[in-house]
Amino acid sequence: MTATRIRRLASAALAAAVLATVPLAHAQEVPPDQLVKGVTLEVVDLIAKDKEIKAGNRAKLVQLIDAKVLPHFNFSAMTALAMGQGWNKANAEQKKRLTEEFRTLLVRTYASALAAYSEQKLDFRPLRARPSDTDVTVQVRVLQSGAQPVPIDYSMEKTAAGWKVYDVMVGGVSLVANYRTEFNNVVRESGIDGLIKNLTAKNRSLEGAGLEKK
Amino acid sequence: MCRLLFAAWLGILAGCASTGDRDPRDPWEPLNRGIYKFNDKVDTAVARPVATAYQKVVPSEIRERVRNFFGNLADPLIGVNNFMQGKFEDGVSDWARFAFNTTIGLFGLHDVATDMGYEKHNEDFGQTFGRWGAPTGPYLILPFLGSSDVRDGVGTGIDVYADPLGEVRPYHLQYGLWSVRFTQLRADLLDASRILEEAALDKYVFQRDAYLQRRRSLVYDGRPPREKEPEDDSDKDQKAR
Repeated sequence: MTATRIRRLASAALAAAVLATVPLAHAQEVPPDQLVKGVTLEVVDLIAKDKEIKAGNRAKLVQLIDAKVLPHFNFSAMTALAMGQGWNKANAEQKKRLTEEFRTLLVRTYASALAAYSEQKLDFRPLRARPSDTDVTVQVRVLQSGAQPVPIDYSMEKTAAGWKVYDVMVGGVSLVANYRTEFNNVVRESGIDGLIKNLTAKNRSLEGAGLEKK
Repeated sequence: MCRLLFAAWLGILAGCASTGDRDPRDPWEPLNRGIYKFNDKVDTAVARPVATAYQKVVPSEIRERVRNFFGNLADPLIGVNNFMQGKFEDGVSDWARFAFNTTIGLFGLHDVATDMGYEKHNEDFGQTFGRWGAPTGPYLILPFLGSSDVRDGVGTGIDVYADPLGEVRPYHLQYGLWSVRFTQLRADLLDASRILEEAALDKYVFQRDAYLQRRRSLVYDGRPPREKEPEDDSDKDQKAR
């Protein structure tokens, strides 16, 4: 009991600290590994306590991820990386739409993944980086009895607004790289607008499906 | 009979091997998509419902024992593969796992070795060939078994041939054990397949790319060298935007 309370307090303090650093980027910054650990533990804790989410309320879970996790992701960087060369062919408006739709899709994917793993033990690896590094990989492992641990690697870069995630690798599979072939295929066949349409349709269909239990 | 089917299948492969404008890693895409569709039907009709029921009916405590049991049977061969890849420390650790889990862990039902600091590894013959420098060859979907490539397909053949379950007699017991093992495997993948369903625009492409990335990572034990990306050399400044 006290352990959870302390953890909750710590996460709250950490969240406050994160918020505090945003306006003054030069002040004490949360190191990337601490950031990942703090946010992950907080979210896992919130999921564990929420009866509605445990009962399969996806909308609420997505909302939670949106509020707690997403501020730490750099979605335009993720979209650019996933698009590869297609990104430079898109105009500003298209870039904005692409980023929005990709963001919506990733939130859902991430929410499902987190819900699936939230009851497993997590092992936060110490950061192997120099203090001067601006591009690091934060490693977390999901431990499971009788199976090899699943590594989750967050690629993060330092920005004026603190550390931001620009790719997540699960079991050696880069989420961003995995979308590249798909995106390129669609762009080749039906252009940038085709991809936007495609992503929008995908998100719509998931919105409908999200209401049922998992 | 089996051999005949295999020969016919190779014939189809050869016939398909020649058309342009496809992913260079997947020259047999039309055939693969066909097998993928077939596998998907089998999965929807049999494997997934059975695995879902298994997950619902059997308590997680028992499912963990089952996973441990089959995981333990696999450890000696994982050790052999580590030895063949020159990773002697890992190989010894795998054999120590088998020794401790089989005895103290009651025939592998309990994974005591992990608590003792001997971590479970993931190795197979496909990875060993990869470590030796064998290229993956074209991507390949195996009937029933799913994503593979030519290298891993050969590896899987040896994995199955060398599997200790093959020694179990009488046969109906052996088949029973295989069924439980596959059910367990499929049940463990239920979440992943649901996520795939949600995440992918084209499930086939998404799964293929994930498989190739995953295997590459496994061959290098999670630390693959950075891949050259000929199409895209402007990652850095894109990221800055």
